[in-house]
Amino acid sequence: MNTLNSKIPEGQLSEKWTKYKASQKLVNPANKRKLDVIVVGTGLAGSSAAASLGALGFNVKIFCISDSPRRAHSIAAQGGINAAKNYQNDGDSVDRLFYDTIKGGDYRAREANVYRLAEVSNSIIDQCVAQGVPFARDYSGMLDNRSFGGAQVSRTFYAKGQTGQQLLLGAYSALSKEIKAGTVKMYERREMMDLVVVDGRARGIITRNLQNGEIERWGAHAVVIATGGYGNVFFLSTNAMNCNGSAAVQCYHKGAFFANPCFVQIHPTCIPVKGEFQSKLTLMSESLRNDGRIWVPKKIEDAQAIREGRLKPTEIAEEDRDYYLERRYPAFGNLVPRDIASRAAKERCDAGYGVGATGFAVYLDFKSAIERLGRDKVEARYGNLFQMYEKIVDVNPYENPMMIYPAVHYTMGGLWVDYELQTTIPGLFATGEANFSDHGANRLGASALMQGLADGYFVLPYTMQNYLSDQIYESKISTETEEFAVAEKSVKEKLEKIMSINGEKTVDTLQRELGHIMWEYVGMGRNAQNLQKAIPMLENLKKEFWSNVRLTGDLNSLNPELEKAVRLADHIELAQIMAKDALQREESCGGHYREEFVTEEGEAKRNDQDFMFVGVWEYKGKDQEPVMHKEDLKYEFINVQQRNYK
Amino acid sequence: MDFTLKIWRQENRKAKGRFETYKISNISPDCSFLEMLDILNESLVDKLSHPVCFDNDCREGICGMCGLYINGHPHGPDSAVTTCQLHMRKFSDGETITIEPWRAKPFPIIRDLIVDRTALDKIIQEGGYVSATTGGVPDGNAILISKHKADEAMDSASCIGCGACVAACKNASAMLFVSAKVSQLALLPQGKPEAAIRVQNMVAKMDDLGFGNCTNTYACEAECPKQIKRSNIARMNREFICAKVASEESTKR
Repeated sequence: MNTLNSKIPEGQLSEKWTKYKASQKLVNPANKRKLDVIVVGTGLAGSSAAASLGALGFNVKIFCISDSPRRAHSIAAQGGINAAKNYQNDGDSVDRLFYDTIKGGDYRAREANVYRLAEVSNSIIDQCVAQGVPFARDYSGMLDNRSFGGAQVSRTFYAKGQTGQQLLLGAYSALSKEIKAGTVKMYERREMMDLVVVDGRARGIITRNLQNGEIERWGAHAVVIATGGYGNVFFLSTNAMNCNGSAAVQCYHKGAFFANPCFVQIHPTCIPVKGEFQSKLTLMSESLRNDGRIWVPKKIEDAQAIREGRLKPTEIAEEDRDYYLERRYPAFGNLVPRDIASRAAKERCDAGYGVGATGFAVYLDFKSAIERLGRDKVEARYGNLFQMYEKIVDVNPYENPMMIYPAVHYTMGGLWVDYELQTTIPGLFATGEANFSDHGANRLGASALMQGLADGYFVLPYTMQNYLSDQIYESKISTETEEFAVAEKSVKEKLEKIMSINGEKTVDTLQRELGHIMWEYVGMGRNAQNLQKAIPMLENLKKEFWSNVRLTGDLNSLNPELEKAVRLADHIELAQIMAKDALQREESCGGHYREEFVTEEGEAKRNDQDFMFVGVWEYKGKDQEPVMHKEDLKYEFINVQQRNYK
Repeated sequence: MDFTLKIWRQENRKAKGRFETYKISNISPDCSFLEMLDILNESLVDKLSHPVCFDNDCREGICGMCGLYINGHPHGPDSAVTTCQLHMRKFSDGETITIEPWRAKPFPIIRDLIVDRTALDKIIQEGGYVSATTGGVPDGNAILISKHKADEAMDSASCIGCGACVAACKNASAMLFVSAKVSQLALLPQGKPEAAIRVQNMVAKMDDLGFGNCTNTYACEAECPKQIKRSNIARMNREFICAKVASEESTKR
C-alpha cells in the first residue's frame, strides 16, 4: 500500500512550477479575510510565510517560542544564501544550481521540489534587496558573491558573516509591517503543545503560554509548521538552546508522516568541545574554508606532542603538514561538501592525528591566506568570525591556526510533504528545516536560508491558496468542540504526569544521556551493531524519563525545567525513529554513513538499486512499532552518478 | 574557580524581588557565564529549589536573547560580547559577582532575570521596515549602492536588539537601538521614500512607551555588545529634525 502522493505536476521539469501556478485555484480578496491561518515558528520560513500570507489578506496568527521573532536560530547562519543569478558570468544557471543541490544531496531529494527551489532563488535576492537587507557590494555598487562548498561557481550572496541575521531581520521587518497593518497577530513566548485534527484536517493547535503556564486553544483553516530541525536530539549541536523537534513529533503522533529521520548533517567547522559543562557548540562559517586550509600533522608523534602541549602548530614545517582534503580531493580541495569534510576530519582523528587537548580537533589555517591577501583583507572577510573564535577559545587566529571539529548542525529529515508542502494531514503544511523535501541526504552550504525563504515567500503563498480555496465554505473554526477539549485535556495530563514523577535525575542529565547514545551509536559513522545497541538503550531511556525525571517549579508559572522536559520526551521518540531509519538504510549516502557500505577507498557507497527512496515513518500508537512507507525517487531529468569531488 | 553569586530573584512581575547569595565552586575558566549558571541551576534542582530563570537561546552572541546586568555592566565586564560569550576567565577566583536583570521601566520583570522587551518590537512595528510586500520588486542589481554606504548600513543593521543600551542608560533611553534601524534604512536608497515618516513614527512610539531621552553620556555605545556607534544617534536626530521641519507628508498611514 502506498499512501504517499507527492502531487508532482506533469510536464517538463522547467515547466512544472509555471504550470502549477497557472492552474492552481485562487481565493478572492473578500474570502481571504474570512480564512484563518496559524504559523508556528518565526524563523526565516515562518516569518516569511506569515508576512506573505498576511500581505495577501489572510488572517494570520503567528506563534513564537521566544520574546521576539528576531531570536529565531536562522539568525545565527553566517555564510550566505545561494541564488542562480550568474552575476559573475562564471557559468551558473538555474539548471546548475538544481544539479549541484541534487548531487550535493547525494541523489536522495525530489527532483521537482529542488528545481523549483533553484527557480525561485533569484527572486529571493531581489526581495531581500527591496527590503533593505545590506548585502555586501563591490566597488561598482553591485552585489558581491563568494564561493561555497559543493559548487564550482560563485553564487553565494552574503552580508559580512551575518547573512542569516540580515535575512531574518528582513523577514522580521516584513512581518512587523503586517503586524502593524493588523493582518498578522503575534503571540510571543508560546510553545505548541499539540495539533488539533477535526474530521481528518488540521484545524488548530494547543499552546502553553510560557510566561504563566496557561494552556490555550487556537483554531484555523490551515496550520503551518515552521519550527526548524531536531539537531538538539544530540544534546550538543550548533542549534540554539530553544530549538526543538517537539512540534514535529506532535504532528507525527497526530498522523503526519516523518521522512528520512536519519539524515542529519554534521558540520565540519565547529569549535571543539572543551568539557562536561559544555551546553552547545559554536559553528564557524563554512565560508572560512574558502581561504582557510585544513590540516593535521603528517607524523603521528607530532600530533601527540601537540596534544601534550610540547609542540605548537606554528612550529610544524610545511612539509610535515598533511592537508588531507587537498590531498584526497584535488578538484574541490577544502571546498568539498560538508559530509565529506566532516568524515575526513573524524577519520584523521580516529587514526591518531587529531590535535587539541582532547585529540578531537583539526587545524584550519589562514597563514597562506594572510600571506596571499594581507591581514586586512582577511579581516574584512572574516573579522567577526575571528573575533568570535578568539572570545571563545582565547587564542588569536591570525597568529595561530584555528581548531575545528565536526558537530551536529542541521537535519535534512523532517515532516514528509508533497509538492505543495502539505503533510499527510490535509491542511497541515511544513516549511523550512521542519520539512524534508529539498536537501536529500546532505545539504549544501548557503542553501538552508534559500530554502526557508523560498518556501515562505514564493511557494506557500501559492500552494496554500490552492488548499484554502476549498475552505471558503467553512466558517470560523470553533475551539469549543470535542476535538479541542480532548487535545487540551491530553496536554494537561501529560504535563501533570511529568511534574508528578519526582525522580532522581535532572532533565539535563537525561538529555546528556540521550545525546551520548545518539553521538556514539547514531552519529557520524554508523553500523548495524551499534544501531541495534542504541534501540534498546533508547527504550530504556524513555522508561527512565517517565519514571525518574526530577523537576521543580510548577505548571502555572514560567518554568524552564518543564519546557525542557516536554521537549526531551519528544526528542527520545524522535531518536528512536532516527535509529530505526538509520538501521534500515543499508547504504551510505550524504550525511548517513554506514561503515559497512564503503568503497575500497573508504568513500561512501550508495545503493541506488535498493535505497533510492524516501523512508517515510508512520506512527501507529503508543507502544506500537512505527511502520515505514517508501516514496520512490525517480530521476527523469538528471543523470544519477556516484558523487565525485576528486 | 570559586565564586559567590548575588542573584536577583523575583517570582513574577508583581512580586517583591530580593538578592539571594549562592556559592559555586570548581568552575572551569573556559566555562561560559551561562554555563556557570547552568551548573548552579542543576545543583538547585537537585536540592529541589527553583532554578534561576534567565533568557538565552543561541549562545553564540547573535540572537540578542540573553542579557544580564553583571557587576554593574550590561553583559558583564568584557567588551563587545553578549552575556553568553562572556567566559569565567574574565573574573578572578573567589570573586563575588552580582547579577541583576535589565532595569528600565519599559522592560518589566517577568521572572528573576527575565524581562519583557517586546517594547522594542513595538517600535520596529511603527516603521522599522521598507513597506515592500512579497513579489513585484526590481532585480537586486537594479538598485546600485556604493560599497561604502552598504558597509555603513550593515554596521548599523548588526544591532541584535538585546536592550543593553537601554539598561546601560541612566534615562533608559532606546536611542541607540532606534537610531541603528533608522540609520540603516536612511543610508540605503530603498529606505528613502519612507524616511521622513519612519523616523517620526518610531521616535513617537519610543517616547510613548516610556523610554527616556538621550543626554549624551554614551554609556549605550560603551556597553553595546555589537559596538553600534553613537553617530547613529546623530544621524537619527538629523533625520528627525529634517522630517519635522521640511516634510510635508503626514505621518498617518
